[in-house]
Amino acid sequence: MRNVALILRRELASYFATPLAYVFILIFLVLANAFTFYVGGFYQSGQADLRPFFMFHPWLYLFLIPALTMKLWAEERKSGSIELLMTLPVRAYEAVLGKFLAAWLFTALALALTFPIWITVNYLGHPDNGVIFASYLGSLLLAGGFLAIGSCMSALTRNQVVAFILGVVACFVLLLAGYPMVLDAFRGWAPETLIEAVASLSLLTHFQSITRGVLEARDVLYFAMLIAFFLFTTTVAVDLRKAD
Amino acid sequence: MIRTDHLCKRYPAVTAVEDVTFEVRPGEVLGFLGPNGAGKTTTMRMLAGFLAPTSGRASICGHDVQSEPLAARQSLGYLPEGAPSYGEMRVGAFLEFIAELRRLPAGRKRARLEYVTERLQLESVLDQAIETLSKGFRRRVGLAQALLHDPPVLVLDEPTDGLDPNQKHEVRTLIEEMAREKIIVISTHILEEVAAVCTRAIIIARGRIVADDTPLQLTSRSRYHNAVSLQLARVEQLEAARAAVAALPAVAAVEVSEREARVTALPRAGAMILQDVAALAAGQGLQLKELHLESGRLDEVFRTITA
Repeated sequence: MRNVALILRRELASYFATPLAYVFILIFLVLANAFTFYVGGFYQSGQADLRPFFMFHPWLYLFLIPALTMKLWAEERKSGSIELLMTLPVRAYEAVLGKFLAAWLFTALALALTFPIWITVNYLGHPDNGVIFASYLGSLLLAGGFLAIGSCMSALTRNQVVAFILGVVACFVLLLAGYPMVLDAFRGWAPETLIEAVASLSLLTHFQSITRGVLEARDVLYFAMLIAFFLFTTTVAVDLRKAD
Repeated sequence: MIRTDHLCKRYPAVTAVEDVTFEVRPGEVLGFLGPNGAGKTTTMRMLAGFLAPTSGRASICGHDVQSEPLAARQSLGYLPEGAPSYGEMRVGAFLEFIAELRRLPAGRKRARLEYVTERLQLESVLDQAIETLSKGFRRRVGLAQALLHDPPVLVLDEPTDGLDPNQKHEVRTLIEEMAREKIIVISTHILEEVAAVCTRAIIIARGRIVADDTPLQLTSRSRYHNAVSLQLARVEQLEAARAAVAALPAVAAVEVSEREARVTALPRAGAMILQDVAALAAGQGLQLKELHLESGRLDEVFRTITA
């Protein structure tokens, strides 16, 4: 675990050593608020809740998270530093976990910095803070899922742009797995059980069920398994393809 | 000890390394020589455990690099080709990070950081981002990283590439000093370096070991080994000198350079011709600027073996 912590610290410091961290946080905050007020109709709804705020998180994350994860492994391979890292006494899974947790902690920070909107809604009325808390947790879990997917896509290539595009596509497919856009690709040839299985993978469905304020174990478990699966895949990809 | 046993690395299209077997013992400095693309870096990557061999094994201090990777890596200091590191990190923070991953206890960490900083002259750049440094500094940061935990085995891929002559000299002195108690493998394409620091040289071409010998023995394979070269004061005497030297029974061939007014006499196998040539020069009244015995030319051996 000490190696994980060391790598986490190094990664996090490297975010702030470049403009990346500041640009990411700024854009996230501006877009999250702009969507809430202009598209979500925060004032017009006349309700003291943060639904118009959380509703857009999946779509914001869809582009911002792959932008954050595209460099995780692709850059290490491009610059050759992966050869240094993988010949130090560090196991591949420790590096994968360290990098993932650093990115997750960083997104958590960006998410935490949206607190003014929580203060605003509490100033304007009496929202159900339990629902808001659950929604924040759901948003963080969703970000974790996207980060794990993005990390896996980054481990597959040494080209960051390719990693970004693969990341967006993979996140999009999993996000909408329960919707006709994805399910129609399976209808007609796949058995009903497979279609149901694909539909149950839908990130959006699980996210929405959490943001309604029902924090169910199966939703949390879903995200935990999703993250574990993609981090495992990342580890395998890093191990097999580190020298390519 | 480093041991490789029939190490092979095959890719679908090419065989990068084929049947490489050798052992390196403490006190030895092994120079890995070969044309670009001969398999030097691939072999070193397999030693470091970065690449898995297609077949064969490699071990460091008795630890198989594939089945006991962590133990093998602890005993190894490795400088990858091109000395990669994290560009956005500052030198001091980078070395600190490596020291932490190497599990150096606090006191020893400070001492080792001081040692490598001083030996590789990094004091002035400790607070600079690595990506802003010159190639020479980056290489030295890579070396510092490899030496940090004072490992018994060092594998250095082109340690002096990009260094200026003074820095090269520094690094060679450092390698010589460490050579007494360590096992060191370096790869290089600078032949003088092999003669200067290596106790043994392996020449690798098209993935195979084609020579494994001391630098001295390798140079003696040169056709210039024990050749006698004389430079004349007056270029008009060149033709006379050539003819006279060529007539000596122990001389196998003569090479002439008009530009330098130089005649080089190559001996027949095993013959010593210095006395004969010197006597001849005195007898013929040749005016000499220089007369010397060549020990052999490593670059010529290298070309002959790897061509």
